[in-house]
Amino acid sequence: MDLLQNLALGFQTASTLWNLLFCFIGVLLGTLIGVLPGIGATATIAMLLPITFQIGDPVGALIMLAGIYYGAQYGGSTTAILINMPGESSSAVTALDGYQMARKGRAGAALATAAIGSFVAGTVATGLVALFAPPLTAIALKFGAAEYFSLMIVGLVSSVALAHGSVVKAIAMVIIGLLLGLVGTDIYSGTPRFTFGIREYADGLNFVALAVGVFGIAEILRNLETDRTREVIVAKVSGLMPTRDELRRMVAPVLRGTALGSALGVLPGGGAILASFASYTLEKRVADNPSEFGQGAIQGVAGPESANNAGAQTSFIPMLTLGIPANPVMALMIGAMIIQGIVPGPNVAAEQPALFWGIIASMWIGNLMLVILNLPLIGLWVKLLTIPYYILFPIIMAFCSIGVYSVNSNVYDLFFVAFAGLAGYVFAKLRCEPAPLLLGFVLGPLLEENLRRAMILSRGDPTTFFTRPISAILLLIALAVLVVVFLPAVRRKREEVFVEEA
Amino acid sequence: MSGYTIDRVNLACGLLFIAVGAVFGYQSVGMELGTALRMGPGYFPLVLSGVLMLLGVVVILQSIRAEGEALGAIAWRGIFLILPAPIFFGLTVRGLGFLPAIFCTALIASFASTRMNPLMAVLISAGVTVFSYLAFIYALGLPFRLVGPWLAF
Repeated sequence: MDLLQNLALGFQTASTLWNLLFCFIGVLLGTLIGVLPGIGATATIAMLLPITFQIGDPVGALIMLAGIYYGAQYGGSTTAILINMPGESSSAVTALDGYQMARKGRAGAALATAAIGSFVAGTVATGLVALFAPPLTAIALKFGAAEYFSLMIVGLVSSVALAHGSVVKAIAMVIIGLLLGLVGTDIYSGTPRFTFGIREYADGLNFVALAVGVFGIAEILRNLETDRTREVIVAKVSGLMPTRDELRRMVAPVLRGTALGSALGVLPGGGAILASFASYTLEKRVADNPSEFGQGAIQGVAGPESANNAGAQTSFIPMLTLGIPANPVMALMIGAMIIQGIVPGPNVAAEQPALFWGIIASMWIGNLMLVILNLPLIGLWVKLLTIPYYILFPIIMAFCSIGVYSVNSNVYDLFFVAFAGLAGYVFAKLRCEPAPLLLGFVLGPLLEENLRRAMILSRGDPTTFFTRPISAILLLIALAVLVVVFLPAVRRKREEVFVEEA
Repeated sequence: MSGYTIDRVNLACGLLFIAVGAVFGYQSVGMELGTALRMGPGYFPLVLSGVLMLLGVVVILQSIRAEGEALGAIAWRGIFLILPAPIFFGLTVRGLGFLPAIFCTALIASFASTRMNPLMAVLISAGVTVFSYLAFIYALGLPFRLVGPWLAF
């Protein structure tokens, strides 16, 4: 069977000594940074991204990056459970009941639940990716310029729908991202655009610098606003294994969360965040004793953690098959692929089967490593939580500087990091979400290129986007999402959800 | 006028969008626009800039008669000490060389927090320098000059 053959190739690629090592380092570093309070998964990946470029081989680099992603997510859950300081919104849900469990002396069980739930979800979702990626790739190969343009519109619109706060601001952030993405030499005419006469920006702004600045440095600045010592009351971790009763109670939530997360993760625009929320709501609704939720219900940890991890996994599907990022993390992945000289899109599976299947296999290996690594090392992570912030800032800044510089040895990238950090901080102060901006930045050049190509192919007839069936359906989806977001009832509900989340 | 409120944060946000749109729009006009069939380099960005300015106006209109949260504390110290760190590294990594540049970068960033004392800052910066040497130069083999021409006697 093809699938088994492909998976065998994947595991063969992923389990070479070096790739296992890269995966291990990725998971370790990801957890290490992700566990630091106030630093979310996206910021963690952005900060560690430059390190992966030091690996000459793209397969190893992407495997390590995927490892960083899982590690960062798990690290975030650890922080949420132990000190009630979620790094980002998906782990905010875990904090609700996880922290209450920790306060009741069940911190160990909560952490183990998160790890086991994530592992189960990861295993199932990896299977789904392997199953669904190839047929989707086949469809994607039929895509022309018009379809790609419409597909990217769907992605951008969804990212707007799932951003926090004002929809209008989120759209504006996408557009700023698109404009920043256009900086550099125009591909058709060779005209330098928006470079302010700086030759070093002719190849475009550095993606890593933007990500590190807008996510990493802006986050440091936000943490510096309240320059006080954190009141760290790290819950004591004891009794790592859940009791038999607890294990029994987590089975159904884990499975439901996995199903929900797998489905929502495919949605462009950050389905994983939505998944943990939806799972929590679902578990609360089906529970025998809903009043337990918020007081340390194990279902409230098991469900969302599984959903979150399943969603994180299946969000690779649109990235691997279409080259379209489903969330900012996938945008980082695509940026990394482009820097490694791989053009993301449906051709990757056909032209680089080892890379494609190697990443899929490494997902499962990464999840396995998480369990092996985290359960025994939990004491170390707890110690890390007690390191004061002011010691971390100079360390992070130094490594970010080296990391960004090492990508291209371009000092102007370092100037842009500072600018992006300031811009990210200003946007945060003005209550604008940076995630749509990053998606816009990655998609900007692709969007323009496909728009121009489609217009040339149709001889200047803009109806081409509506007369080609796949393109028309995609645009209808985008329109539907926009309409739904602006519907008064949904709008109110959406605000409620995000308020609750914050 | 009594009861007149405006969400200052959103007002500033709208103005910023208009300003960004204006900067990009102004530059786009200076480039060849082309036609819808053969779009020139200025076409797509000009459209985007226009939409952005329009959204800025919408945000400003929404800010009128709305109560907003206050802006909150601003990390001035962070802005003036964190942001220059990478700039300093960029300006000196070739001249001073990798080791002195990274030491100073960490040192500058150290003082972003009021809780840091000088001795601690020097110790941390030294630690960062040693670790960076081991991790980036020794283990990863990045081809940076350790000590640059500015320090050569």
